[in-house]
Amino acid sequence: MSAFIEKLWEIGPALVDGTPHARELGVKFVAIDKGLATLSLPYNVELIGDPRSRVIAGGAVTTVLDQSCGLAAIAGFDGFAQLATLSLRIDYQRSATPGKTIIAEAVCYKTTRHVAFIRATAHDGNPEDPVATAQAAFMLTGPLYKVTDDVTNTGKTEGQTT
Amino acid sequence: MTQRLTDDLINSIPYAKMLGVKAEFSDGGLLLILPYLKSNIGNPTLPALHGGAIGGFMEVCAMAELRRRAPELPFAKPIGVNIDYLRRGKPVETFARADIFKEGARVSNVRVRAWQESEDKPIAALSGHFLLPKAK
Repeated sequence: MSAFIEKLWEIGPALVDGTPHARELGVKFVAIDKGLATLSLPYNVELIGDPRSRVIAGGAVTTVLDQSCGLAAIAGFDGFAQLATLSLRIDYQRSATPGKTIIAEAVCYKTTRHVAFIRATAHDGNPEDPVATAQAAFMLTGPLYKVTDDVTNTGKTEGQTT
Repeated sequence: MTQRLTDDLINSIPYAKMLGVKAEFSDGGLLLILPYLKSNIGNPTLPALHGGAIGGFMEVCAMAELRRRAPELPFAKPIGVNIDYLRRGKPVETFARADIFKEGARVSNVRVRAWQESEDKPIAALSGHFLLPKAK
């Protein structure tokens, strides 16, 4: 494991908790690897979008997908940076099951100098039966701080997304 | 549409209450308002609103406008949405308005614009397909 990924494992939960809106919804850090990020969103009645079915709002799924894409982009850029979402496409395959935790898994499959391209899936237990899939593009809005394997102190640890 | 009916529509959605969404009826449609709340921030250092909060706000706007047109039916369900982020969401009040671009029998195409200082400077835009509920 690279020093950067090791660092991400260490500060991943703080990166998510340090994002007020992710924290408000109850988003949790699950796992990270090079270009990969997994987050979860436990069911909560405050997230309900349709009072009749008690299914959580599409917007709550949007947020956990956006957040996982941003984290995967940081892992894909292989450095800490300020990022902004450029575009987000979400397809809702089915309603999330009321009471179940949403798992969002994001893969950053390509980075250029300024842009990261990410695909993500949200499911509620069975990855083969997703609730929603997403495609996102994120842009670097500031300098990229690389963590090299022999230098563990980067000086900067910014990594929030918008 | 009275302010009370508008409030009831928004207050029936727990997620919209969590975001702090308010609505007014003006110019023949709903005007949604997202007051600035710290809990909607995505990047505290800039600061900027969370992309998910802006996206969720615009989705609520689309569904509320569809519901306003057929209040006796349940909420429409999103099938797919495209969200473009155009400007940083500053920590101020945000507005949104939905335009039913194409109304079908089962599916409607909706476009939403979100702005802060001025309507002609959108901070984000959403376009999406929504599955309309069947009349019983």
